[in-house]
Amino acid sequence: MNLETFIEFFSLQNPNVRYVVLGSVLLSISSAIVGCFTFLKKKALLGDVVSHAVLPGICISFMVSGTKDPFILIIGAFLSGWLSIIVLDYIVANSKIKEDTATGLSLSVFFGIGILLLTVIQHSGNAAQTGLDSFLFGKAAALVGKDLLAFSIIATVILIVVFFFYKEFKLVCFDQEYAKSIGLPVKKIELLLTSITVLAVVTGIQAVGVVLMAAMLITPAAAGKFWTNRLSIMLLLASVFGAFSGIAGAYISYAAPSMPTGPWIVMILSFIAILSFFFAPEKGILIKLFKQRKIRNQLLEENLLKSFYKIGEMNEDFTASRSNEELIEIRRFSSAQFKAGLSRLSSQGFIKKENSTWSLTQEGFQKGMRVVKLHRLWELYLTKYLRIAPDHVHEDADTIEHVITPEIEERLEKLLEYPEADPHSSNIPYQ
Amino acid sequence: MIQQVENPVLEVHDLTVSYDKKPVLWGIDLSVPKGAIAGIVGPNGAGKSTLIKSIMGLTALSSGYVKIFDQELNEVRQRVSYVPQRESVDWDFPASVFDVVLMGRYSKIGLFKRPRKADTEAALFALKQVGMDKFKDRQISQLSGGQQQRVFLARALTQQADIYFMDEPFAGVDAATEKAIIQILKKLSEDGKTVIVVHHDLQSVSTYFDWVIMLNLRLVASGPTDQIFTSELLEETYGGKLTLLSEVGELMKKGQYPSRDKQ
Ligand SMILES: Nc1ncnc2c1ncn2[C@@H]1O[C@H](COP(=O)(O)OP(=O)(O)OP(=O)(O)O)[C@@H](O)[C@H]1O
Ligand SMILES: [Mg+2]
Repeated sequence: MNLETFIEFFSLQNPNVRYVVLGSVLLSISSAIVGCFTFLKKKALLGDVVSHAVLPGICISFMVSGTKDPFILIIGAFLSGWLSIIVLDYIVANSKIKEDTATGLSLSVFFGIGILLLTVIQHSGNAAQTGLDSFLFGKAAALVGKDLLAFSIIATVILIVVFFFYKEFKLVCFDQEYAKSIGLPVKKIELLLTSITVLAVVTGIQAVGVVLMAAMLITPAAAGKFWTNRLSIMLLLASVFGAFSGIAGAYISYAAPSMPTGPWIVMILSFIAILSFFFAPEKGILIKLFKQRKIRNQLLEENLLKSFYKIGEMNEDFTASRSNEELIEIRRFSSAQFKAGLSRLSSQGFIKKENSTWSLTQEGFQKGMRVVKLHRLWELYLTKYLRIAPDHVHEDADTIEHVITPEIEERLEKLLEYPEADPHSSNIPYQ
Repeated sequence: MIQQVENPVLEVHDLTVSYDKKPVLWGIDLSVPKGAIAGIVGPNGAGKSTLIKSIMGLTALSSGYVKIFDQELNEVRQRVSYVPQRESVDWDFPASVFDVVLMGRYSKIGLFKRPRKADTEAALFALKQVGMDKFKDRQISQLSGGQQQRVFLARALTQQADIYFMDEPFAGVDAATEKAIIQILKKLSEDGKTVIVVHHDLQSVSTYFDWVIMLNLRLVASGPTDQIFTSELLEETYGGKLTLLSEVGELMKKGQYPSRDKQ
């Protein structure tokens, strides 16, 4: 990457660059927004059907008009994409064929006809036909002003429709039967949703081609859902992801002209989705692992301090140094964990190392004492209020002692009236 | 025993419903009086959900008609509310409890428009009624089954309808919640609203409902609980006498006979 190309690109001085960047952004956003709804309706394959089914429409428009004017081609594409969904729904509603089969059927029949027509056109010797097959693979790097105009109009239409029908789309995606029961015109709303889906596909397909189009719809939605529990924010995130990928894809193919724009847009989208899968707060895998690890470490450290405290209690001396053997006698730790835990505690200042023995610092003593106190308070609570036998409460207390917050601690103390001893007559220590 | 009433709020006349030509409800004729809390009981697969769905216009009728307040459903939609079975939706949808309850107001809000202050107040009030106001901002996937059920109930309450159809509102709720819900239903009935509920627990039928509809592919009985809820009729509803009916249904499915021509 060099700075000059970078500045050249982002200054958008070159009209070609402008067309490609704006075009990519517009169509990425359109597909991302529409894709959120198809994703939530669990119709992820719909994008695949439509993207394959637009081909015969494009061919017929070209055969009839003899031009490659984007507006004329888009009209044909729209009609045949739309028809494929109507056919699909009709098959599902009026036969025993299940939705997945009907999806495959509709897709392959339309695409088959499309390929057939394309072959006919290519053999007809019409010079204008060259480049028509760019619909199959996309041509984002070769967008021209007229394409851009078409994209802008379509993106605007999609945004307006989603803005006005936001709550209806939301309800229809969530609970269609209820939507019908309150008298929403569900059929018409679905038709509208289908129409904007087809519009988004018709534009997107020109950039990324038939095969990658489904990814343009679904990937931003899937990535967005990892980050939020609100539909509005999911829509926003999906569009931001889409727009970013659009720009990045355009830049990559600008900086390295042999690189195709469309596939790079999809690559970057997928990359964002993978990142979300791992790193999103709450739902991301890594964050979950990280939290689990943190809790494991906390348990280990507190259990170690508890051991120190108990040895101190037995010997009536909390400050003397203890050897590894003495500690392990109180409670079993796996040896790797044991070492790691001790060294963390010493780096946190809860214990001190002297030769190969350890002693509690004042802070470590406090913390160990608190865990022991909570353990014994909880045991007492269980026996007193839940009438659990004293010999059954230890296990429970062993977990709960790490969970109790200072507020609950205070309430426990009050409730039990600052008791002196636990059910096993061990002393309950207070600061 | 099927008791018809004068001036019913709900009238189902000669209703037959089929899936794939296989009838699952045969010639249902019933009426329910105003202010009733009616329980629909019957074994699994008896067609209870189907009956409610066909009353709500969600499944096509093979024959017969349904009248609510002596009118077509479409004329009186604003006065009718439906609580679907909890399992009918995916609770992993990105929405909060409040979002879902507000959906009950969508038809009052109207197309294109955003929720008004009155709508958010109605939603908050309904949440309070079912004791879920503390969970208002909770994501719906993080609710227990009983809490989800209460959210659906709250959504229906925001509609301020005159007749409520509920599909198993007590499924998976604890005893305390069940009591709270039945309290709400009794209050609705005191206010002159009618509540029709699919119910599974036969123990509680006589304390909860003043009207019972017993269903097993056909209507076995419909009438006041104290007259209808007898062991003979229960035996007839839950007993195995109806195998003949479902076998004929299967035959009709295979043979593709028209299941009762539409009138
Ligand atoms: N969409 C459907 N397509 C085909 N058959 C269906 C459909 N829905 C229900 N059925 C059949 O119709 C019959 C009645 O179903 P319904 O769901 O109304 O029963 P139910 O009384 O509500 O049962 P449950 O107590 O299990 O909820 C069943 O035999 C069922 O298999
Ligand atoms: Mg049911």
